[in-house]
Amino acid sequence: MRLAIIAILAAAAVAAGCATTPEQQPPASVEERAAKPAAPAAVETKPIARVDLTSKPAPGNPLKDPNNILSRRSIYYDFDKFDIRDEFRSLIEAHAKYLRESPGAKMLIQGNADERGSREYNLGLGQRRADSVKRALTLLGAKENQIESVSLGEEKPVCAEHAEDCWAKNRRADMLYSGEY
Amino acid sequence: MQALLTRLRAFLGAVLLLTTPLAGAQLSIEITGAGAPRMPIAVAPFPGEGALGAGITSIVRADLERSGLFRGLEVPPLSPAPTEASPVNYAEWRARLADALVLGSVAARPDGRYEVRFRLYDVVKQASLGGIAYTLSKEQVRATAHRIADFVYEKLTGEKGVFSTRIAYVVKRGNRFELQIADADGAGEEAALVSFEPIISPAWSPDGRKLAYVSFENKKPVVYVHSLLDGKRNVIANFRGSNSAPAWSPDGSRLAVTLSREGGSQLFLLNADGSSLRRLTSSAAIDTEPRFSGDGQWIYFTSDRGGSPQIYRMPAAGGEPQRVTFEGSYNVTPRLSPDGKTLAYITLNEGKFQVALLDLSNRQVQIITDSDRDESPSFAPNGRMILLATVIGGRGVLSAVSSDGRVKQRLSVTAGDVREPAWGPFTE
Repeated sequence: MRLAIIAILAAAAVAAGCATTPEQQPPASVEERAAKPAAPAAVETKPIARVDLTSKPAPGNPLKDPNNILSRRSIYYDFDKFDIRDEFRSLIEAHAKYLRESPGAKMLIQGNADERGSREYNLGLGQRRADSVKRALTLLGAKENQIESVSLGEEKPVCAEHAEDCWAKNRRADMLYSGEY
Repeated sequence: MQALLTRLRAFLGAVLLLTTPLAGAQLSIEITGAGAPRMPIAVAPFPGEGALGAGITSIVRADLERSGLFRGLEVPPLSPAPTEASPVNYAEWRARLADALVLGSVAARPDGRYEVRFRLYDVVKQASLGGIAYTLSKEQVRATAHRIADFVYEKLTGEKGVFSTRIAYVVKRGNRFELQIADADGAGEEAALVSFEPIISPAWSPDGRKLAYVSFENKKPVVYVHSLLDGKRNVIANFRGSNSAPAWSPDGSRLAVTLSREGGSQLFLLNADGSSLRRLTSSAAIDTEPRFSGDGQWIYFTSDRGGSPQIYRMPAAGGEPQRVTFEGSYNVTPRLSPDGKTLAYITLNEGKFQVALLDLSNRQVQIITDSDRDESPSFAPNGRMILLATVIGGRGVLSAVSSDGRVKQRLSVTAGDVREPAWGPFTE
């Protein structure tokens, strides 16, 4: 299995080399290699980045890793409320830490409201929710200029039924990073 | 004339049911509520109007009926067909129970256009109330019919008609949002803006040439001013945070808006080109939905500074807000009548969002709708009717109610959710 992976990677690396710099390959070296059938030696001399899928999740963007709390982005609210419930405290802390440790990161917080009542007043309610998340993040060390809080009011519901189950899902603030909106 | 007016006003007492579907309009209007007895008026077919395609007299009659103040009489085929130039047989029209009569004619002109002439008569007093001649192309039939209806309405009621005005509203069809402009009767719908993101809060400039509105095309609310003739759009408020709730000053020079740039949702004033930003309110509350009074002296707005959303007003020059609504726990979306005497708003009444009217002189409150999800009331420029958004059968529709609550109409489009109506101003 491992040998097979190395062989595939080697083939890929050679193919990539041929594709990108065909003229710079002297024809002589091809003949030389053909004369010396020591293929494993060629593998050892090429820098191969080893990818091991067996031990742990793919290293990558922690914001996208479903096992990382940072992949969670939504905070839900009670009716006509904008205070952050206890269950979302660890989520806010994790994002505050990420923003602290990544000064270049930018976040857009979109506040939302359920559909009942005036659209403009609901825009205000969504703003209040987005502002409450921003305040919590900055109190935990994120920089004010890293975060913009805006409201989508009742205009972008994730759930369209006219019932409390749905309204609860729509009373929400979403945290989005650059490139995600 | 005076006799007609007196009779018409006397009619506004009792109640009778009417249903008048208007065919052929994209946004069709149906009178659904109970109205006052209406003045019987005969609009005789204009000889020659067949050449115009659309029936000009049927549009005039539909306009007048939609106001809830008139009942169009059936006119049998007459030979010879009477015109504005014929001698009027008042006894015959009286026998047909007409109190008022419109006669006219259409003639083709050598330049390919048409001439429409008409005259309005008081059948009871046996007198002419005047008439007009219009030159028009076939494309102007609807506009001409609305002008004739406005003339008739004004002569018989003493108030300006609104049949030539336009309305704006937003239609959501699937994942598209369309900002539509239509005649006051819902016909001639034209999209001013189509977007995949929401559009809310359209507000007509006082000259009727522009609309301010909030668009979410940049993933957040931004205020635009959109020129209807050339489609040119200017960003008026795109500050950090949310930008919304545009309201024009009566002279069209300034806009009040709601911004969150300094935290919270607060009222600001800026010039109509977006310059000279000035903060109006300073509260920890949501202050939004500003509206200028007709004299430009006051700004009415929604605020929850007292714990629940209520309507307040403050001097447009800045100053201490005063609370305006006191009954109920949810009063939002203030809209002043054109004469400044009445405030329409949305109130939460026993679990239903309904349109309420507050008489600003005697503080009397009257709820004038019986629907339960009303939003965005908008006065006709003559103050007679209020256009609003509501939900019927799970679908957003527009509805109109007379400001005395007696006449109710429903406006529906064939597909999609309709919301955010705004009735445009009088224009020349």
